[in-house]
Amino acid sequence: MSPELEELYQQVILDHSRRPRNFGNLADAAVLVHGDNPACGDEIHLAVKFDSDGGLQDIKFTGHGCAISQASASMMTMKLKGKSRPDVTGMLHAFHDLVTGETDDAPKTLGDLRLLRGVRKFPLRVKCAMLAWRAVEQALQQNAGEATISTEQ
Amino acid sequence: MHRKASSPVDWTTIRQDFPILRERAHGHPLIYFDSAATSQKPRTVLDALRDYYEHENANVHRGLHELSSRATEAYEKARERVARYLGAASADEIVFTRGTTESINLVAQAWGGKFIHNGDVILLTEMEHHSNLVPWQLLAERTGARLRFVPVRDNGTLALDLLPSLLTPEVKLFAFTHISNSLGTINPVAELCHKAHTVGALTLVDAAQSAGHMPIDVQELGCDFLAFSGHKMCGPTGIGVLYGRGDRLDSVPPWHGGGEMIVSVNLEKSTFKKAPHRFEAGTPNIAGAIGLAGAIEYIERIGRVEIFEHDLDLTRYAMERLAELPDIRILGPDTPRGALVGFVMKEAHPHDLTTFADQHGLALRGGHHCNQPLMRRFGLTGTTRASFYFYNTTEEIDRMIEILHAAARFFS
Repeated sequence: MSPELEELYQQVILDHSRRPRNFGNLADAAVLVHGDNPACGDEIHLAVKFDSDGGLQDIKFTGHGCAISQASASMMTMKLKGKSRPDVTGMLHAFHDLVTGETDDAPKTLGDLRLLRGVRKFPLRVKCAMLAWRAVEQALQQNAGEATISTEQ
Repeated sequence: MHRKASSPVDWTTIRQDFPILRERAHGHPLIYFDSAATSQKPRTVLDALRDYYEHENANVHRGLHELSSRATEAYEKARERVARYLGAASADEIVFTRGTTESINLVAQAWGGKFIHNGDVILLTEMEHHSNLVPWQLLAERTGARLRFVPVRDNGTLALDLLPSLLTPEVKLFAFTHISNSLGTINPVAELCHKAHTVGALTLVDAAQSAGHMPIDVQELGCDFLAFSGHKMCGPTGIGVLYGRGDRLDSVPPWHGGGEMIVSVNLEKSTFKKAPHRFEAGTPNIAGAIGLAGAIEYIERIGRVEIFEHDLDLTRYAMERLAELPDIRILGPDTPRGALVGFVMKEAHPHDLTTFADQHGLALRGGHHCNQPLMRRFGLTGTTRASFYFYNTTEEIDRMIEILHAAARFFS
């Protein structure tokens, strides 16, 4: 097995893709974002509920797609649940820089998400890793209602 | 097509004609199973391109100097070569384009713009590549025409029993693929053309997956238009062909305007050349056409019957061996079919599988293959596809099976 493959598909990542956490619907969601990666067929349906300060009180997703897109979504929801808006934005940028190779030393606050750094060696897969994050970005902008995003726009 | 191969071909020696097959990918010998996307090029085609640029390069049809006449002669000879390859009645029925996509757009916009009206129907199938779907959607939006589709059965063949109810007098064109790029299905072109003509509809055949893989005779098939790309049949990228039956092509108004396609130009109005030059505005892809002629010569030296039978052997073997894998679903009909197999494995998403295979030197294609509606028809968002050409071997298929087994273990 090549070291690149071992790094891309670490056990933690494969585990999240097989048994995604926070997978399901959110009955009283404030925002629902449908994210689509048409090149791959990855789909994420992200539901977000805000607390009184605008932080992410609850976040869940459904969808299907490759191991990277599903694991990234699962790990992301675990990390972002309960976080304030500035924290979420900061992590979004930190994660983006990590998987695109902009930076080598990702902040420790990203935790397990740093395991997804292997994606940077597979430029075509960056969109898979970023799909759920694009959906969160849209949810923050939107604040309420329903939206559709695509990695191809 | 079903004539028996006359002389045995040494397929191992043929591999040596393709310099790129000696490449390594991620430290492994390259196994190239993506020829349905684009084929590799034999040295003879690469040489033809270089010879042209070293000895003949000039613009065609306008220079009065030696090089221009050499270039013009080589370019027009390439047209004659294509005409013979397709069994066309005349070289005037051969338009050089950028590829299948441009050929279909030419028909949709120039022919369709003149002959398709509000209420007309364009009949397609559910298995069309986006390039034989989107141009017709654009035409339908512009003209008020309607699109209608021949459904695909679960086994990947067209539901031809429904044809009588679909092929009504409102149908002005029936456009369909010869070989499905996702399912491998070989459609009965001659039968479909005959049925279309009985209601007065013209036909367009997308031959992108068949032109380099099997004998094609446009007069035997009875099609009005046929489109293919050079790069999927050992030729360079950026060159393709639109065949149009003489009277049909003559009835089509100009498409792109510019140099080369005119007889005389006044400030307010111009007159245009006859087909095919009417459809070749601007400096054409001269080197590409010459490279395509080189590819055709190379393919004919091997023999299209021989290539088709070799394709069948590889595909049959691949389907048998793929069936050994756990929880695999193979799309499309049994052989005879085109030289490609699309499949999904329960354990791994097509993109994970393709990434895994790539790291082992195996080039597969994962995704929707420009067949989104067809994927939806089968309840999928994508498949993994292995596609073959005559330079592939059963040993490479064995190696693919090993890699897929390893992937199943890795992802489960």
